[in-house]
Amino acid sequence: MPLENKHIYTISEVTQAIKKLLEEKIGEIWLEGEISDFAIGPNGHFYFSLKDQSSLIKAAMFVYANKGLKFKLENGLKIVCFGKINAYGPRSQYQIIVEKIEPKGIGARQLAFEQLKEKLLKEGLFEASHKKPLPFMPFRIGVVTSGAGAAVRDILGILQKGAPCIDVLIRSSRVQGEEAAKEIAQGIEDLNQFNKVDLIIISRGGGSTEDLWAFNEEVVARAVYNSALPTISAVGHQINTSLCDLVADCFVETPTAAAKIIVDKKNALLAELESLKQEAGFSVGDIISLLKNNLTALAHAIKSPLDRLQEKEQVLDELLAGLNNNMRQFINITRERIAALIHRLDALSPLAVLSRGYSLSVSMADGSVIKDADKMRPGDKMKTILSAGALISSVEEVIKDERKTIV
Amino acid sequence: MKEKQSFEDDLKKLQKIVEELSGGKLTLGESLKKYEEGIKLAESCSKELESAEHKVELLMKKDGKFALEKFTEGEEK
Repeated sequence: MPLENKHIYTISEVTQAIKKLLEEKIGEIWLEGEISDFAIGPNGHFYFSLKDQSSLIKAAMFVYANKGLKFKLENGLKIVCFGKINAYGPRSQYQIIVEKIEPKGIGARQLAFEQLKEKLLKEGLFEASHKKPLPFMPFRIGVVTSGAGAAVRDILGILQKGAPCIDVLIRSSRVQGEEAAKEIAQGIEDLNQFNKVDLIIISRGGGSTEDLWAFNEEVVARAVYNSALPTISAVGHQINTSLCDLVADCFVETPTAAAKIIVDKKNALLAELESLKQEAGFSVGDIISLLKNNLTALAHAIKSPLDRLQEKEQVLDELLAGLNNNMRQFINITRERIAALIHRLDALSPLAVLSRGYSLSVSMADGSVIKDADKMRPGDKMKTILSAGALISSVEEVIKDERKTIV
Repeated sequence: MKEKQSFEDDLKKLQKIVEELSGGKLTLGESLKKYEEGIKLAESCSKELESAEHKVELLMKKDGKFALEKFTEGEEK
């Protein structure tokens, strides 16, 4: 074919054709790949390559598209992006102009998690001020978990052994899969509505991040936040803290640890009761020994007047000794006085009168001293006592005025 | 059935009694009475903590109504 019959393209023309072809035939697409050669241009545009095992495509993400990005792009990161394939003539290059980008697989969930976390944080769901204190002794606990899982077995085992005074109410729910989050949230609401437990444990045993994802969902986070009953989140996990953990009043790493909190509370209370009992005993002991001391002090106070009494006794003894002397003197004086009186009495004795020639006559009838002749009758017997001896005689005649006759 | 509230009340009462006893302002008669009361409270609280009923039940909800069922370990409901 002669050359002049051929259409000869200019560079620009063919570039334009390629560009048109690419943009029309491929246009806007979703593309998946791994980031490499990542760089940020002076104007903030991102430039990188996306590759799989065998191919590579250049990519650009301009600043208007990348400024809202929630996560950092880095080499090795697998992403899914949305963009438009375009040809760049000056360098004979085709590339994808990226509009949206998301990490691939778990990364996308992680992104969602981070976004939700930020939203809930802004709303105040993690605020310490919202957290309720755990009851100091929850006698009835509610557990939201799978009735067939390891978590419930662990919790019941620990409680049975360490705190069998605890009653457990299980609200069984799926803990993994599509419906899990909704069921967990419903379980929390049900236990609140039933209102017969003091505390709710939201739990599942260990698993992959994927397995535990339900505990990161908004509906669970909000149910925990809205629970009037205190909550413990006990979701077995190794690395990440779940949103359920962040909202709950308390969180632990394993179901076992949650049950142990309660066992510890019980043991601490038992110890406190014991020490209160002891303290009460000590106090009563103190009161009694205080009273004892008071008594001893009082006894001392009582002893002191006793001492004074003894002192008084001594004085008394001395006084008595003095008294005795006085008494002796008194007795002696008395004795002398009596002697004098006896002497005087001697002088007055009728015997002395008789010795001077007087006599004394007494009636034989009644022994009375005869002082009046008129008391006697002729024939009456009388005894006349003389200074020496006596006479018994009969009255011959009674003369009433003998004294005259003598005179 | 243990009541959390009555337990808390009893414990608070006990703490108050111990406080009063240690305050040393009671007569011997009063303090002996308080002591006896305190020991009774402590014993009853300890008894509650040491009880071993360990009731495990399953909360079920049917047509919006709650029901309690005996829980058998390992059984999916």
